[in-house]
Amino acid sequence: MRVFALAKRIVIQMLRDKRALALMMIAPLFIITILHYLFSNEDVTPRVGVSHTNDSFIEYLKEQDVDVVQYDENMKLKSTIEDDELDAMVTMEDDNYVIILKNEQTGTSKAIEMKVKQSIASIQKEKQTSELSSFIEEIKQMAPQLAQLPTLAPEDIPEVEKVYVYGDEETTFFDQLAPIFVSFFVFFFVFIISGIAILRERTSGTLERLVATPIKRRDIVFGYILGYGLFAVIQTLIVVFYAIRVLDIILIGSIWHVILINLVIAFVALTLGTLLSAFANSEFQMMQFIPLIIIPQIFFAGIIPVDTMENWLQFIAKCMPMYYAGNAIVDVMYKGLGFEYIIIELFILLAFGFSFMLLNILALKKYRRI
Amino acid sequence: MGISIDVKNISKRFGKKDVLQDIDLEVADGEIYGLIGPSGSGKTTLVKMIVGMDRPSAGSVRLLDKKVPDLTVLENIGYMAQADALYTDLTGRENLQFFSSLFSLNKAQQKERITYVSDLVNLTTDLQKKVSTYSGGMKRRLSLAIALIQDPQVIILDEPTVGIDPELRQTIWKELMRLKHSGKTILLTTHIMDEAEKCDRLSMIRDGKIITSGSPKSLKSQYDTTNLEDVFLFAGRESQ
Repeated sequence: MRVFALAKRIVIQMLRDKRALALMMIAPLFIITILHYLFSNEDVTPRVGVSHTNDSFIEYLKEQDVDVVQYDENMKLKSTIEDDELDAMVTMEDDNYVIILKNEQTGTSKAIEMKVKQSIASIQKEKQTSELSSFIEEIKQMAPQLAQLPTLAPEDIPEVEKVYVYGDEETTFFDQLAPIFVSFFVFFFVFIISGIAILRERTSGTLERLVATPIKRRDIVFGYILGYGLFAVIQTLIVVFYAIRVLDIILIGSIWHVILINLVIAFVALTLGTLLSAFANSEFQMMQFIPLIIIPQIFFAGIIPVDTMENWLQFIAKCMPMYYAGNAIVDVMYKGLGFEYIIIELFILLAFGFSFMLLNILALKKYRRI
Repeated sequence: MGISIDVKNISKRFGKKDVLQDIDLEVADGEIYGLIGPSGSGKTTLVKMIVGMDRPSAGSVRLLDKKVPDLTVLENIGYMAQADALYTDLTGRENLQFFSSLFSLNKAQQKERITYVSDLVNLTTDLQKKVSTYSGGMKRRLSLAIALIQDPQVIILDEPTVGIDPELRQTIWKELMRLKHSGKTILLTTHIMDEAEKCDRLSMIRDGKIITSGSPKSLKSQYDTTNLEDVFLFAGRESQ
């Protein structure tokens, strides 16, 4: 009963604090929206200047979605790249191709390099084919009995067909990141709000007052988890539905699994925030936990592949709740895997949450032994 | 008559500093016991250890025949902290409702007690206002009302009348007397000598030690003076 009394009080207080409520409910949507538009800009066609190359090279480049600008006269290559906002310049020296890359974006440079090489290869192939054809023609003329020899069909390059295990050719980097971001911001904002929970109770002196009543320590922790948990659930549902329905973030698996994972990560954030708030003496001290505890979570959530990290980093990753949440959410949203693939992660996350809760009950011993 | 509060040989040190030394205290059922001393003398620390919010470095406390801390005992303890511990974003009524729901009271009893205690401290008309709009005196009164909310057997008040106007102070003392006559035990701290006079017995505390104890009358005759302030001064000199 006391648990409910405490939870009810927290709900009333929370509803009065319009700003905190807005932060909890709207801020994650704001951030996810910005990220969505930041990452979802399409691949830009690179602008490449060419001079002293042949026409077919230019044709091949254009075929590969390159914006080609032609230059006739000799000019200062580097300054032209700057002045005409080119990504690269291709020219010929003797019989060799020279690419001058602006290299502002390494990704663009790599793409241009590949496209130029492909174009050169195509020219080579064309040249070889035509040389071979004329060679055959010459032979035919020299030896008329070989006239039945077929003429060479020019294009017989095999097509490359791509099959994807996860995603398709439309998949962008953000499609992989978005699920992780959704979970991370659920984690982050639940943490922020619950972080002030016991802290406020302490600074106002009411925690001391509470331990002078017959309420049990575990009832205080449960009451907090319940009261703030209610808002965390609402927040999680809003964020998940917004990401999937409004922003149309990739979702191959079941939305119920997505909600489940995010509710579990919200629970971890809630218990962690409440626990840490018992150790902070002021709001500012609580903020100090953010770079220390929260920011590192995102490094190990799967944005940077964890299995290629050094061993000690992998070890750290496995201590981070977001590592498991990131794995699970990518499994469901991007890979479309079923419940059996996320159940271990869910259990580990729940174990985190319950341990934090237990530690919290112990931490309150500071205020009353029983 | 039984002993409501039994403090045995308590010492408390924070780091190297002795905050309390060898405190012995017995408060009988149905008496008003005063702890008199200047701020910083250790009164609040002592009170907190009696309630069970703080652990003594040595010694023990028994409240209503149970070793402190004990949750069942807290059901019968009304406590008012020196600093107002209130939820300022809630109304007075919501504060009372919250605290009343932490004790074993049913809904009807809760309602009845809330009406009773808020009337007692003269806050009935202000119950709908948020505590953040309360004056210092109003907050004190609300804290007192919360301390009395479950009709506790033992009432422990840390500086209950600070910042309260004289008229209301008189009302509060009248109520304390009434509570005493209905058999409640009251322990309070104060630094106002005038209030010390109204206690059945008192202990004077200085620098973490009890320098003298007894009823106001016996103390005055022991030190051959007409006011308690002199008793405090003489006893303080003696103990040094």
